[in-house]
Amino acid sequence: MTTVADAGPAKDTRARLPIAEVRWSTVLAPLVVGVVAIAAWESVVEAFDIEPFVLPAPSAIWEQVRLHGDSIASGASVTGRNALIGTLLGAVLGVAGAMLAGSFRVVDQMAAPVVAALAVIPIVALAPVLYSMFGAAVDTGRIIVAAVSVTIPVYLNTLRGLRQVRQVHLDLMTACAAKRWQVVRTVTLPTATPYVFTGLRVASSLAVIAALIAEYFGGPIGGLGKSITSSAASSNYPLAWAYVSGAIVLGLLFYIVTLLVELWFSRHLRPT
Amino acid sequence: MTNPLIQPEPLGQPAIQVRGAHRVFGKGRKQVDALSAVDLTVADGEFVSLIGPSGCGKSTLLRLVADLDSPTSGEVLVFGKSARQARLDQEYGIAFQQSGLLPWRTVAGNVELPLKLHGINSEIRRRRVAELLELVGLTDFARSHPDQLSGGMQQRVAIARALAESPRLLLMDEPFGALDEITRERMQNELVRICAETGAAVLFVTHSIPEAVFLSDRVVVMSPRPGRIAGVVDIRADGLAAAHDRSAGVREEEGFFRAVGEVRSLLHGTPETAAVARGVDHR
Ligand SMILES: Nc1ncnc2c1ncn2[C@@H]1O[C@H](COP(=O)(O)OP(=O)(O)OP(=O)(O)O)[C@@H](O)[C@H]1O
Ligand SMILES: [Mg+2]
Repeated sequence: MTTVADAGPAKDTRARLPIAEVRWSTVLAPLVVGVVAIAAWESVVEAFDIEPFVLPAPSAIWEQVRLHGDSIASGASVTGRNALIGTLLGAVLGVAGAMLAGSFRVVDQMAAPVVAALAVIPIVALAPVLYSMFGAAVDTGRIIVAAVSVTIPVYLNTLRGLRQVRQVHLDLMTACAAKRWQVVRTVTLPTATPYVFTGLRVASSLAVIAALIAEYFGGPIGGLGKSITSSAASSNYPLAWAYVSGAIVLGLLFYIVTLLVELWFSRHLRPT
Repeated sequence: MTNPLIQPEPLGQPAIQVRGAHRVFGKGRKQVDALSAVDLTVADGEFVSLIGPSGCGKSTLLRLVADLDSPTSGEVLVFGKSARQARLDQEYGIAFQQSGLLPWRTVAGNVELPLKLHGINSEIRRRRVAELLELVGLTDFARSHPDQLSGGMQQRVAIARALAESPRLLLMDEPFGALDEITRERMQNELVRICAETGAAVLFVTHSIPEAVFLSDRVVVMSPRPGRIAGVVDIRADGLAAAHDRSAGVREEEGFFRAVGEVRSLLHGTPETAAVARGVDHR
């Protein structure tokens, strides 16, 4: 095989995330903007002597974060747990539903109006109803709210992914006389997988928001949402803002983890 | 289209027999006669190219043989069996125009796919994949993914995959269509070598006249609307060696240019020269 000379230099072809290609400027620019914004915020509050109930200074919020770090962390773990269980449940439901709708046209047609309705209803609005259904002493209502918010984007994206199967891949399977389940396993599911995780990435932030807002409507205490409302009610605004920062960090965490998973599963798909 | 004087009597069943195949797409006013009254026989071990303008039904004919589509009327036999039975028995390997590799599998994973689907154990699979990658010169890339390969390398992976089960018949739909001239000639030389090694019959779709002439024992020229066979040029009648014994030097020989001329005149449908070319075929 000496006639083939275009093998090129043996490069490291191990699979990796496309993170190495991210340029410094793309990371640095938002960081600079953030630092500048916080500095401006601090100086504006200082210069105009703004009351804390209007807008507390970042330094005051930071102080509360340091003082109540444990409480913020435990609140984040309660809310995060609800969001996580909801995400997993919703993902399973969404994928299972999409697989059904992908295989049976009837299911797809029956589901379409329900999905459209669920996609426009703010799901958290169901929280008070769910509290009375399952009792206000348990987290069930919050988990359901998070799960339903996740189900819809995961369902829609997975269904889209299942329809991206290329004709040439199906022809190949036919040519190999592959069985039906072999086609599903070798072609259909791997094609849809990156789309499932795109749906999950979109849904993960929704799950945190849903789990957090659901706490505003009642239920057991301990979560970030409840802590935000109660510290605001007792006029401890810097503390309320400290809990809000906890919620931001929690949302970001969900987003980043699902983003990394998505990147991993689409690492061999060239952007087109 | 068989020629008893030139073509040695095939020992077993011919690789492909297409008899009176019609394929009509659509209904009513949108009806397209993709293939009309096509008769074609490819002997065991013979290399036959299909050439013709875009839309004349080359892919359709190939898909009929592969049982990826069925004729509206007529009969397609592969090694004496129905096309469907031949597909179920895995009598052919196929390479598509787009390589059709699975992007989430490694090169080795793609090549071993047919074996895996048929439950061949992993030790045999591993050895066969090593053999095939050696054959197409991609041993160093076994663990790469298709997106890390050039177009020509992807095409070679697809060819290795088509060869995985040592089929006696290879179906190839413009496998080198997307390649540059240099890579293309190199791949053609490779294909001749591979065919000589495996002794497989090949049905090869192409747009390139020199490619068809260089690779084939016979070139089948098709014409569009309705898609039918305009004529057949037997390359061996032009004094060229049988396809399996070709060397790159053939491209310089006088017979090569004569054959190219015959195919070209058939393609352009010039009446007199076309008659001459048909005369060559039926001599
Ligand atoms: N699935 C289909 N449905 C309807 N018409 C089709 C279908 N497949 C092919 N045709 C028609 O049949 C004719 C022949 O198509 P085919 O793909 O076989 O051409 P081809 O010779 O392979 O062309 P090319 O060289 O461009 O690949 C075309 O006119 C095309 O429009
Ligand atoms: Mg074609």
